[in-house]
Formats: sequence, structure tokens, C-alpha cells
Amino acid sequence: MRSFQKHLSEFHDRGIEVVAISVDSPAESQRLCRSRGYGFPFVSDPDAAVIRQYGVLHPKGGEEGKDIARPAEFLVDSKGIIRWVNLTDDIRVRARPEAVLEVIDRLRPG
Amino acid sequence: MKRHWNVPIWVGFAIVLFALVSYIPLFVPLAATRDVPWVTYLLFLAGGWLLGFGLVRAFRDPQHYRGKISGSILAGLSVLLVGLFLFTILYFGKQIPSAANALHPGQPAPAFELPDSEGKDLTLSSLLKSHRAVLLVFYRGYW
Repeated sequence: MRSFQKHLSEFHDRGIEVVAISVDSPAESQRLCRSRGYGFPFVSDPDAAVIRQYGVLHPKGGEEGKDIARPAEFLVDSKGIIRWVNLTDDIRVRARPEAVLEVIDRLRPG
Repeated sequence: MKRHWNVPIWVGFAIVLFALVSYIPLFVPLAATRDVPWVTYLLFLAGGWLLGFGLVRAFRDPQHYRGKISGSILAGLSVLLVGLFLFTILYFGKQIPSAANALHPGQPAPAFELPDSEGKDLTLSSLLKSHRAVLLVFYRGYW
């Protein structure tokens, strides 16, 4: 998240909003956003309903066997179509904003 | 004869400890060492080599060098700590289910309406109206 925050203006310059999704409550996200100064929305999916719909559920992956999201990134175009997906097989290894920006520039028509 | 303090054992152990505590603040934020912590591995090797060197010296030449007991303890502790680190990085980090069910490019993104950190509802459709695209970043949460 920190790396996305660092490159946030480059996403915004391209007309792209970054949205973080997890099972954390709004209060938990608020604490996180305030302490780290995140300038993009964090939305809360406590029942993992949306997480499940995108197929990125990690059943019982959280504390006390709570269902959480596995790390994943989806790029959705203005027509609501998924254009690019990144799925990791390692919790520590996430999409780098630089790589996502490259993909965005490649997909951009014209 | 006065026995020498076996410096490499202590320096080696200090390097192993430094490698462990420096990983998160120094090497996770760096793009070059985030995915594969090779600097940490090199530090482990350097520390391990010094520890081994000191330990061999202590056992071969106990009249001159201290460290048979302290060196053995520190070496054991180092093996344990490095093992724990490797287990976390190489095994625990990969304990996520397959993403076989994940949606593919070309599929429509399921609509959603979820509260943001201020408790205000945010919908995908409203985000897409005001932006050229949206990058959804799913994360495990900080609990």
C-alpha cells in the first residue's frame, strides 16, 4: 500500500483511482489511513461477499479462522470490464505500482 | 596462558541479529530486496561464516581462544533464528489458496457498494463514472 501511495499521483494523472479492499472494518481502515497518510479509498467488506465474487477469498486465512482476501489486483476499465489481473502465490510478493502503470500505458488505446 | 576473547563468534552473531531486525525496516521497503531478500541472505552467510570460523577456532585451539560454550550457544541460536526466518519467508508466505476461481480479464467486474474508512458508501459504478479506470487492490487486512 505504501508503494501505491508513493505513486498515487501517477495513477491519478492517468485518471485512475486506486481502491483498497479488505475485511477490515471502516474504523480499522480509518486508523490505518490516518497513521500512514493514505490518500486513496479503503473499503470494507467484512463478510468477504465482494471478495468472494472476485474469486479471491482465502477461507479461514485470518485470525480465529476468519475468511479474508488473498492479495490480488484487478484493473477495471470505465465500461466495468476487467482488463488486467495480478494474482500472487506469495503473501509478501505484490504487484509493483511501476509494473501496473506500465500495463496501464500499454492497454491505453492510442 | 591468557586465552583470547573469540571476537568472530560475537561479530557473527551480531550480523545474524542485524540481518533479522533490519529486514523489515530496511529491505522490505526497497524494491530490489522486497521480493527476494538477498541482502539478508548474504548477511546470514557472512554471520554464519564468522560464527563457524570462531567456533572451529575455539574447539581446535582452546588454549588460545575462548568460546566453546558461548560459541555453541550463539551458533545454535543463530541456526534457530535463521530457520524461523526462512520458514516464514519460504513456507508461511506461500500458504495461500490457489486463485483458480479468480475472475479473468475480459469478464465484467462485479458491482459493489461498500463503506469506505469514513463509513460513506462507495460504489464501483460511481467510481467508474468519474475515472478512466479503477485499480482494485485486495489485501489481507491488518486486523
